[in-house]
Amino acid sequence: MWADTEPWRLAAARRESADTVTLGLEPPAPFVFDPGQFNMLYAAGIGEVPISISGDPGQRTRILHTIRDVGAVTHALCATPPGTEIGVRGPYGSHWPLHTAEGGDLIIVAGGIGLPPLRPAIYQALRHRDRYQRLVLLYGARTPRDLLFTGELARWRGRFDLTVEVTVDVGDRDWRGNVGVVPDLIGRVTFEPGTATAFMVGPEIMMRFTVRALLERGVPEDRVFLSMERNMQCAAALCGHCQLGPFLLCRDGPVLSYRQLARWISLREI
Amino acid sequence: MPQTLEPLLRGHAFFAGLDPEYLPLIAGCAKNTVFPAGRFAFREGDPADMFLLIRDGMLALEVAAPGRGPITVQTLTVGDVAGFSWLIERHHRWQFDGRVIERIRAVELDGACLRGKCAADPELGYELMRRFAVLATDRLQATRLQLLDVYGHVG
Ligand SMILES: Cc1cc2nc3c(=O)[nH]c(=O)nc-3n(C[C@H](O)[C@H](O)[C@H](O)COP(=O)(O)OP(=O)(O)OC[C@H]3O[C@@H](n4cnc5c(N)ncnc54)[C@H](O)[C@@H]3O)c2cc1C
Repeated sequence: MWADTEPWRLAAARRESADTVTLGLEPPAPFVFDPGQFNMLYAAGIGEVPISISGDPGQRTRILHTIRDVGAVTHALCATPPGTEIGVRGPYGSHWPLHTAEGGDLIIVAGGIGLPPLRPAIYQALRHRDRYQRLVLLYGARTPRDLLFTGELARWRGRFDLTVEVTVDVGDRDWRGNVGVVPDLIGRVTFEPGTATAFMVGPEIMMRFTVRALLERGVPEDRVFLSMERNMQCAAALCGHCQLGPFLLCRDGPVLSYRQLARWISLREI
Repeated sequence: MPQTLEPLLRGHAFFAGLDPEYLPLIAGCAKNTVFPAGRFAFREGDPADMFLLIRDGMLALEVAAPGRGPITVQTLTVGDVAGFSWLIERHHRWQFDGRVIERIRAVELDGACLRGKCAADPELGYELMRRFAVLATDRLQATRLQLLDVYGHVG
């Protein structure tokens, strides 16, 4: 699968938290992607994994991927020294429907490692800020130490045209922000449910409860979009590994609307 | 003459939609209060015979854990209510420390006074119970979600 692709060069690696690293990869030629898409990254001799692109879509010569070290391949990728060549194929998958959201409020909800796949959409929305009414980012993590992109969050929080609410499940004395779960943030922010569009990535349990909170406030089902980052293998709609109901998530997803997913997302054992 | 607290009660999310005829009754058990940052609004184990309708500021519910220092399990802010122990039989003690992160302005309601009014007027009692049941259920669900540790290590 790699024979016909030129490797990318790891230009820089930045530690975001104890288990998460952002890789800045240089493609052999300028690389175009849409917010929400992912690449398949190959760790030599170990294997290949889907990883969302976490950088600015306007930046085409250094492509960011933010990776949480959870197993063999992600561990190898997180430990790769700068200068190394890495196999990359992509971009794959559907993207965040930023056009659908235009004219109304845009609510972006991230949990844990779910912030990186949403960051390109945040950059894009900020670049075209006048196309949206309110722009709201709700982000939750396990503890303050697990928060990603903290410098950027602080800068975003300082803007008058972006509402940022961050919460952690468990806090300590040094943490002066919210402690509580992400679905509870939905009730705390001001937005117009009738015109709002929501983009969401996080652990599936968090997403299910957050969807409920959004629907209860009156956001229509077809304006709630989720990225389903269940595991996949070929990314080419061949192996069936990532099938969810009628969808092959690598081809039809990862971004799908809740209306499409509602029947499948809460079924057990799929 | 002391200022009536009815407008503050009416304006707080917790009493949204309450029959206005109850407001003077409830206001009779209420007082305005302020807690400066860094102080405790209440301490775990102390008798809990009041609750707070938070109007402004931020309060952390903390529990002391040996060897780990205080852990914050929840923060409360504008529109939130702190404390339902006062209402529950045999539970009239604070379960957590309430540390003030940002100066709190709140309406404090006297538990014994309100219990007396609820006993005299079961309709008011039912109204309050209904509101606290919603609050307690929301808290319970949030706590369950926290316990699931959804961001924890996969696998
Ligand atoms: C479209 C898509 C985008 C993704 N984007 C990112 C990203 O931006 N950053 C990132 O860190 N990860 C992302 N992931 C998840 C990442 O692909 C997996 O963590 C990775 O495949 C694990 O491989 P491994 O060999 O390191 O661990 P493995 O040994 O394969 O797995 C380690 C543990 O993690 C569990 N696991 C593996 N994959 C997943 C998954 N997708 N969801 C939940 N649990 C899983 C396994 O069951 C196992 O318990 C994405 C996944 C998909 C499908």
